[in-house]
Amino acid sequence: MGLLSSKDSKLISDPLSDDNPITIQVLGICSALAITAELKASIVMAVSVIFVMGAGNVVISLIRNIIPSKIRIIVQLTVVAALVIVVDQVLKAYSYSLSKELGAFIGLIITNCIIMGRFEAFALANGAWRSFLDGIGNALGYGLILIIVGFFRELLGSGTLLGYAVLGDSIEKTGLYSIGYENNGFMLLAPMALIVVGLIIWVQRSRNTNLIED
Amino acid sequence: MEKRTDKNLYTLLFATGMVVVVGSLLAFVASSLKPKINENKRIEKQQNILYAMGVHENEGKGNVAFIEASKVAGEFSKYIKKQIVITGDLDIVENNDAYLIDIKKEQTKAKAGEKRQLPLFIGEKDGKTYYIAPIRGIGLWDAIWAYVAVDENMIVQGAYFDHKAETAGLGANIKQRFFMDDFIGEHLLDENGIFKGITVSKSNSDPTNKIKYDNEVDAIAGATITGDGVSAMIKTDLRLYQSYFENLKTN
Repeated sequence: MGLLSSKDSKLISDPLSDDNPITIQVLGICSALAITAELKASIVMAVSVIFVMGAGNVVISLIRNIIPSKIRIIVQLTVVAALVIVVDQVLKAYSYSLSKELGAFIGLIITNCIIMGRFEAFALANGAWRSFLDGIGNALGYGLILIIVGFFRELLGSGTLLGYAVLGDSIEKTGLYSIGYENNGFMLLAPMALIVVGLIIWVQRSRNTNLIED
Repeated sequence: MEKRTDKNLYTLLFATGMVVVVGSLLAFVASSLKPKINENKRIEKQQNILYAMGVHENEGKGNVAFIEASKVAGEFSKYIKKQIVITGDLDIVENNDAYLIDIKKEQTKAKAGEKRQLPLFIGEKDGKTYYIAPIRGIGLWDAIWAYVAVDENMIVQGAYFDHKAETAGLGANIKQRFFMDDFIGEHLLDENGIFKGITVSKSNSDPTNKIKYDNEVDAIAGATITGDGVSAMIKTDLRLYQSYFENLKTN
């Protein structure tokens, strides 16, 4: 991070560990449950959120001094919605197959509370460059958890990673399945995502006891 | 002291300005990209129809691979010999744009008591005739639809399923080959020639789908509602084509 001052680089690194949006700030839980049954969906969602958060934080930061405080939430919502619709339309026109893959996720980004949370908590009070870094950092922290959860859910639930059968064929009984291993269908259901997130929180807090509230 | 941005008039003006700016930006983006998006959708329909009759670039057990967008127009006119529209009492009209008929609108028509147009695409490949019907229904969150290719005995020869917003990793898997390929060879009629459809079954004791005349395929775990939606749309929409095939045989 030679390009960034130490204060700025903390904006990126903090959300990845000690100020993670999901495990510490407890934001964005809904999408972490909904779309992590597959690793690929997690990655796609992470990338989309990185883009929208980076751009959205910059826009909000640039207009922060002219936003009327009474309607600031509506203004924030409009900015996210507009960004998301533009991305959706451009993808549909120029990369139709990709937009088919992303499908419902693009719309789901609007409802992600991390985005509104960071607008409200950071971009409204900070300059554009720092807001941009904060947006990217938080989106990365969010994406990291999404990918970890997606990895375990797809591996243990379907026996695949990114669609590749890494443990052998469950129907033909090859690989691990030949010695009696079975996929755990429960991993595919939303409650298990919560439990995996819970385990991550446990690991994180036992490694850094400063994070434990009294 | 009150800040300038806290005044009511300012708030109203800001809100108005924001609506105008954002509204025109979105309208501009949408209208300038619309022709391109519609063209993409048209190509996709042709790809789906060809996929159902087995014109695709699938390799082994890999993912769904359509033929390239640039080649679609040529392949579509090469393989699809005839497009017809069936209305009411087997009133059959040829229509080369039948694939553009909006099934959703036709279903609404039928509900309102009007006559529904049933498009059917007749394709030929390696001396075999395929009849491809578009069907549409509802899954868990939103619309699901499919193109199903059958032979003259209403035995499925291929199918392409798609959805608008089913859950990733669960219901969304209806567009994966492990689910779609199970339909190939399944009978839509029972042994007495009565339409039974194909049920997406959770209690199917045939997970590798060796038995093709049981009118059942194996369901996807965790995707009950989407699976029920698939069964339902096959039952209601494909049934409408049965009289066409009965007529085909007697003539």
